Amino acid sequence: MSSRQFFVPDKNCISAIRGGQMRHGAYRDVLAATLRNLHPYAANTVPSKKPELLAKNKTERFASISNGANMDNLDQQVSQALAAIAATDNVQALEQLRVQFLGKKGEFTLLMKQLGSLSAEERPKAGAIINAAKEQVQDALNSRKQLLEDAALNEKLASETLDVTLPGRGQQSGGLHPVTRTLERIEQFFTRIGYDVAEGPEVEDDYHNFEALNIPDHHPARAMHDTFYFNANMLLRTHTSPVQIRTMEAQQPPIRIVCPGRVYRCDSDITHSPMFHQVEGLLIDEDVNFADLKGTIEEFLRVFFEKDLAVRFRPSFFPFTEPSAEVDMQCVMCNGDGCRVCKQTGWLEVMGCGMVHPNVLRMSGIDTEKYRGFAFGMGVERLAMLRYGVNDLRLFFDNDLRFLAQFR
Amino acid sequence: MKFSEQWLRSLVNPNVNRDQLVARLSMAGLEVDAVEPVAGEFSGVVVGEVVECGQHPDADKLSLCVVSDGEQQVNVVCGAPNARAGLKVAFAKVGAVLPGDFKIKKAKLRGVESFGMLCSNSELKISDDHSGIIELPADAPVGQCLREYLNLNDVAIEVDLTPNRGDCLSLVGLAREVGALYNVPVSYPQINEIAASHEQTLSVELQAPQACPRYVGRVIRNVDLSRPTPDWMKTRLERSGVRSIDPAVDVTNYVMLELGQPMHAFDLAKIRGGIRVRMAQQDEPLTLLDGQQVKLNSDTLVIADHERALAIAGVMGGEDSGVNVETTQDLFLESAFFDTIAVAGKARSYGLHTDASHRFERGVDWQLAERAIQRATELLLDIVGGEAGPVIDACNSEAMPKTAEVNLRADRVNSMFGLELGDSEIETLLKPLGLQLNAQGAGQWQVQIPSHRFDLGIEVDLIEEVGRLYDYDRLPVRYPAARLAPQKKAEARAELPALRRLLVARGYQEAVTYSFIDEDSFALFSPQQAPLKLANPISADLSCMRSSLLPGLLKALAHNLNRQQTRVRLFESGLRFVGQLGELKQEPMLAGVMTGLRLPEGWAHGKDKVDFYDLKADVEALLGAAGSLDAFSFVPAQKAGFHPGQCAAIERDGKVIGHLGALHPQTAAAMDIDQSVFMFELELEAATAGRLPQFSELSKFPEVRRDFALVVDAGVSAAAIVGCMRERAGEWLNDLRLFDVYQGQGIEPGCKSMALGLTWQHPSRTLTDDEVNSTVERMLQGLSDEFGATLRK
Repeated sequence: MSSRQFFVPDKNCISAIRGGQMRHGAYRDVLAATLRNLHPYAANTVPSKKPELLAKNKTERFASISNGANMDNLDQQVSQALAAIAATDNVQALEQLRVQFLGKKGEFTLLMKQLGSLSAEERPKAGAIINAAKEQVQDALNSRKQLLEDAALNEKLASETLDVTLPGRGQQSGGLHPVTRTLERIEQFFTRIGYDVAEGPEVEDDYHNFEALNIPDHHPARAMHDTFYFNANMLLRTHTSPVQIRTMEAQQPPIRIVCPGRVYRCDSDITHSPMFHQVEGLLIDEDVNFADLKGTIEEFLRVFFEKDLAVRFRPSFFPFTEPSAEVDMQCVMCNGDGCRVCKQTGWLEVMGCGMVHPNVLRMSGIDTEKYRGFAFGMGVERLAMLRYGVNDLRLFFDNDLRFLAQFR
Repeated sequence: MKFSEQWLRSLVNPNVNRDQLVARLSMAGLEVDAVEPVAGEFSGVVVGEVVECGQHPDADKLSLCVVSDGEQQVNVVCGAPNARAGLKVAFAKVGAVLPGDFKIKKAKLRGVESFGMLCSNSELKISDDHSGIIELPADAPVGQCLREYLNLNDVAIEVDLTPNRGDCLSLVGLAREVGALYNVPVSYPQINEIAASHEQTLSVELQAPQACPRYVGRVIRNVDLSRPTPDWMKTRLERSGVRSIDPAVDVTNYVMLELGQPMHAFDLAKIRGGIRVRMAQQDEPLTLLDGQQVKLNSDTLVIADHERALAIAGVMGGEDSGVNVETTQDLFLESAFFDTIAVAGKARSYGLHTDASHRFERGVDWQLAERAIQRATELLLDIVGGEAGPVIDACNSEAMPKTAEVNLRADRVNSMFGLELGDSEIETLLKPLGLQLNAQGAGQWQVQIPSHRFDLGIEVDLIEEVGRLYDYDRLPVRYPAARLAPQKKAEARAELPALRRLLVARGYQEAVTYSFIDEDSFALFSPQQAPLKLANPISADLSCMRSSLLPGLLKALAHNLNRQQTRVRLFESGLRFVGQLGELKQEPMLAGVMTGLRLPEGWAHGKDKVDFYDLKADVEALLGAAGSLDAFSFVPAQKAGFHPGQCAAIERDGKVIGHLGALHPQTAAAMDIDQSVFMFELELEAATAGRLPQFSELSKFPEVRRDFALVVDAGVSAAAIVGCMRERAGEWLNDLRLFDVYQGQGIEPGCKSMALGLTWQHPSRTLTDDEVNSTVERMLQGLSDEFGATLRK
């Protein structure tokens, strides 16, 4: 389409502009300016100040070189030249004018050649006047040329105008799964403060999933973990704690790790998925205490949710920690006022934690008098649901693009 | 554990309101799950008396009562079948407001004026019973506010106890805890020793003393079970979520709720010989109280007589030996201590969960059995009369738990929490729990653990108690101090997060699919392998551990195709499980699938569909992310699930590390996919391992480029041609590009034309035409010799 079409005030165009679909003000401005500059009598057309100065001194000038008949015509010639230049609307014609006025046989060149007929005193003065006139014409030529070139360029550019609102060409990015997004955020918090990320097998043995965590056979806590079994000894890990055990077995304190990964529980309904993700953390060092645990968890939750949340610790029970605590944070949905998500309590249970049980340390070969540690564990889907307002756990595993694409 | 607040407050009554009490319990680790009013909100309801009761003149089912509220008598029309003269009733007077903001006004019912209403339990939301109006005891004082008379301002509090707090599964245990939390005295129920009034006993043999080291019993003769359970007891039971059944059962339940000792009452007449506490015989039959017939496992502890099993110990009694209100005359009461381990999991294995099993699995005060039987005897004699025999106490003291003594150090307490508690503060906190602290010099105690706190066994257990009673929320907060230690990280690696982002940038959406899949999908991709199967899968669909990520991804792809998405690109990372237990490999994999348009539908995008080479570019990008794409080769391959002509094995150092290709149309059909799908799966480790960049000098001299179009047999692979050329191109070759492949007009059928551009550059001089030409000659000769390649005319 021709760019000129945009300036015909036809109904379609106007309604399109009003409708905000196109913004063509820019085109209009450019073209208006171009048209204005092309007009020979436009206000900002050359000549500028110089001719006025010349005119002012005219009498004096001609008095001093009165004997040159051609000199009398100089002013007129300049005017004619300027008028001719101003009237020119293409670069080729302009070049012809240059030859006509300033070329080897041009009018002003000829005038210069006549200087020889003047006296030695008059010659410099007259030369200066002619040079000034030449310069004036040359300037006019240059400006006009620049103007014409600019106009031509503008016209070309205008004709190349695109609809910048059309979408770009090429691949469209996909996105990370919200669980990954959340996992990475959690991992980043802890790795920035000096934790390593540790991973381990998902098909685990009973020892690492239970025994070594102070959950002997028949412990009622086993009933809390609806475990998937392969046989009496092998199972799908019910938490990522076995990774902590494997780390402690392999390494002496100080230990600072987070263990992200898939975990499995034999349970499936609206609020339970047979597979979900956890991040557990473990810090073991000298002089680590419960206050450190509180500080770490509080800070984590506040950084993760980017809110100055109230956090509280409630005594709880896990076989592998003692003292153990359940962590509640101020509901992020209602800011603690009470809502459906927090069951009107203003609090959300978000994770479990505690000081590593001495039996666990001992079983993994760590001196319990010298070292103490804390551990914590959180459900990644739970945090993702709270952070992004997802209301159904099952959505995480349907892999419906309409869901996944919301986390781009 | 559900209990009535008023019952608790009758034992311990701190000066706090209900909300404060509930909050404190939660913050002490006894998480309050629910607080339910025992009745609905109502007012203006009093104890009334039906003075007269006659038939409504115009309605068969209505009666016309004259009801007294103690001050005046009014006419009330009532529809309940049990309305009768002399009955004490719940009378809602005119002006009363019933639950649901239902206002009682003067009304005309079938032409007769009625001044109030007689209420049922369901109308007052006391229970669901709407069979008739409430029948109050004959001695109910007419005119008294009903809420007061029935203690309806009570609430049932439900605490969700952690498995270590079996001691709080009783009112006494809860009261002890509340006493400690507020440091207020507790009035424990008085336990009176009830003397025997006859000598009848029963022999009790402990044949499995580890599982049952103590069994206390008592014969109670000549009980009258037709007598009703008193209302106060019924109310307490019901508010604790226990249904009233008959006075014998009610008493045993009451004692269980009050003291924490599960008990059982047998019909003495049904016990043959005596009691034997033994392990069940395999498949021994027993019909339980709930009517269920079970075949017992030999790991189950039973209460038996000399002939048969009577009850599953600590779980449920048998139907046959149970109390029958009509026929039972003599009772045998059981109050035993069963070891946690002997009982754990047994109820579940028979599909049961009872109040008794709940308690024994968590632990019961091992010194409680005798006191409980005294308490039960007293209550029973009060309610149903009868004569108690002597207490039978069979005990294997060697198998009994021992009183624990634990050393406690104040500095360990303080360093754990960052506190500076003095010795007396620690003592003040712990003593109300029933702990006996014997000071062993400053800041050190030997602590005697009472039998009801069987969960306390080591120092840190006591430290936790100090923190708990002090209040976790008041404990100090600080941030851990640690030495700054460098974290090592290899540079020549493309870690998973980077690879994920690479795929995301190429249009893939990350998926997370289950690690277990159905057997059919498993077989589609791993027909030669036996799946590693779960023993207790949630369903057959989720029973086999995946040996490939592709089935899950394809399922997700199909899910989306079925929802009008036609362009799908998904990837996933995670473990695959190859082999059986013992030699199981759990390998991190990265896999992707793509289908539909090459580019998303768009004004500038055309309608081309993805093909093998789109996928390959993505795979090459992944493999190149760590800088060592050259280390990989793509070899035509056959693999289950893949199109036989569009499948490549990806090799590194001669080892297959993955595959890519088109989904086999039959496999696609089996998965309900009806469009072309391309997919890859590779071992993550192979893709992440790369190399460090190695600088080489930049040449200042011009490069020389030569382009060729070769005609070769269509079956010759590009890799073969390129390999042959590279071999002969000399050391100054610095680029080789295959820029066109053509078959069709102008090319002999069965042949193809390949156009290649080669660039040479010498590091320190300009290459001459002659030397380039002779290299080219050599190359073309080689191509001709090996593949019969000719230059395209």
